Amino acid sequence: MSLLRVEGLSKKFGGLNAVEDLSFNIQPGAVYSIIGPNGAGKTTLLNLLTGVYQPSDGRIVFGEHDLTGRAPYEYAGHGIARTFQNLQVFFNMSALENVMVGRHLHERCGLGSTLLRSPRLARAERACREEAAELMNYVGLHNYLSAAADAMPYGALKRLEIARALATRPKLMLLDEPAAGLNPTEALELDDLIGRLTGRGVTVVLVEHNMRLVMGVSDHILVLDYGRKLAEGPAAAVRNDPKVIEAYLGSAVAHDGSLGNAIAGAVAVAVEMRR
Amino acid sequence: MLALAAAIAVLPLALSNNYFYDIAVLVGLNAIVCVGLNLLIGFAGQISLGHAGFFGLGAYGSAILASRYGWPPLAAMFTTTLAVAALAYVVGRPILRLKGHYLAMATLGLGVIIYMVITTEDKLTGGPDGISVVPFRIGGFVLQDERVWYWVVGALLLLAVWLALNLIESPMGRALRALHSSEVGAEVVGINAADHKVMVFVISAVFASLAGSLAAHYSGFVTPGKVTFLHSIELVTMVVFGGMASTFGAVAGAAVLTTLPQLLTVFKDYEMMVFGAVMMGTMIFMPRGVVPSLERLFQRRRQSASAASEREDA
Repeated sequence: MSLLRVEGLSKKFGGLNAVEDLSFNIQPGAVYSIIGPNGAGKTTLLNLLTGVYQPSDGRIVFGEHDLTGRAPYEYAGHGIARTFQNLQVFFNMSALENVMVGRHLHERCGLGSTLLRSPRLARAERACREEAAELMNYVGLHNYLSAAADAMPYGALKRLEIARALATRPKLMLLDEPAAGLNPTEALELDDLIGRLTGRGVTVVLVEHNMRLVMGVSDHILVLDYGRKLAEGPAAAVRNDPKVIEAYLGSAVAHDGSLGNAIAGAVAVAVEMRR
Repeated sequence: MLALAAAIAVLPLALSNNYFYDIAVLVGLNAIVCVGLNLLIGFAGQISLGHAGFFGLGAYGSAILASRYGWPPLAAMFTTTLAVAALAYVVGRPILRLKGHYLAMATLGLGVIIYMVITTEDKLTGGPDGISVVPFRIGGFVLQDERVWYWVVGALLLLAVWLALNLIESPMGRALRALHSSEVGAEVVGINAADHKVMVFVISAVFASLAGSLAAHYSGFVTPGKVTFLHSIELVTMVVFGGMASTFGAVAGAAVLTTLPQLLTVFKDYEMMVFGAVMMGTMIFMPRGVVPSLERLFQRRRQSASAASEREDA
């Protein structure tokens, strides 16, 4: 059975169809990547899949639960966590507290025992702190255990969001451009981290422009263009799909080469430019 | 916390007459309101320009039930508080969906409506003339002397601070701070932002209402003066002046802004000008508020001191 089922999903902003009649299934345990040119509707799709936007049409079914029309915190409650392309870190707290907030669903306790600070709550708080520290180690943030969030560099903040999302103990984790803004070394470390996430039993949905990362870690790829599904399938099949190559690089390239070659070329150019 | 307890315990040595005690009690009552209001404004990041309304409802509720209907003051206070909590919940649900300036307008409107009702329902409230209030009594014990009031209000302020600190350092408190920083970030980790906002709104209203009830019994008289929009602004100013997201800042803000006008009477006609200048100066040089700015200063001093001693060691 699939973990996430999307049926006929649409989102209109005024006259613009940001996502149009989209259907796909995500199998548990896989890395499912969503790629497409800028403005293809990838982030809109992630916002729909976490309840941040309400769909104009269609259904989102997670496991056995129809989550269509639910609020974001309910999506989180069912085990869907995410990170953001434009960071949504809590800059008014320490890094550790950011991750502790991620434990919210598992730490709730009544107003009475909160106000009176019951011994049970004090114990739970210590455990929560330890688990948050563990998660920070897990994503490679051991140097920032006592840092304030607003004193951390960009790359570390991206990991902090992953740790916070992991703290919710998700079944499905949506990563919105985790490699954007990272240097090549940091981006390479991300491959390893995503691999470890699936090893933990977390299914990963990856929205990313970094083709090296996408091709390296994905089991399955969905290609969006103008809010519609352009192609979908196992990573190897999608990379050679002429429609995909055309959407990405124009028709000239599509006629005389595979996307694999084209991407290799594009990556080479990008690396050259960095130097 | 201990420092505050010590300050409350030692302060009477400096209070040479009842007039000083009177001001200290007013400081304590304002501080209780501000500690609650700071949970809403400083921690959860939601503005309210209507908290004088809740303070006023607390005061008038106690006054009417205890004086007109002869209820025992404690029962009157509890009933009033419950009613204010219910009102804050019912009103908070819809208006806390609003953000920023819109929320400010809505809470301002709430405060104005409460003020209007209190001034026009003169059969019940005495209208603009106000209403006298019986002294607070529990059983046979009557609370009348300023000095006794001082200890009662001091203890209640400590209790309010303790409750607020507990709330802040809890999953709920973190959720409030989180939604202050990024509401969508908080929602996607499972925080029901709307519920949390309403909860903290109700808590802050309850603090204000309780302080209002006590103030009514303490002064023996309530007028609509304390329910005005201006008083709401004063309360917010105390929170901002002392330092947002700092519980002790709220106490300090209440203390300074309640006593400052009394101290500045030496300037006679220029009193308000000096008051304004002090406010402006503080906000320019300590934009985070007095307590957080001073904390930062001491931290830096300590860091540079320890760095210096390390250098000497090396």
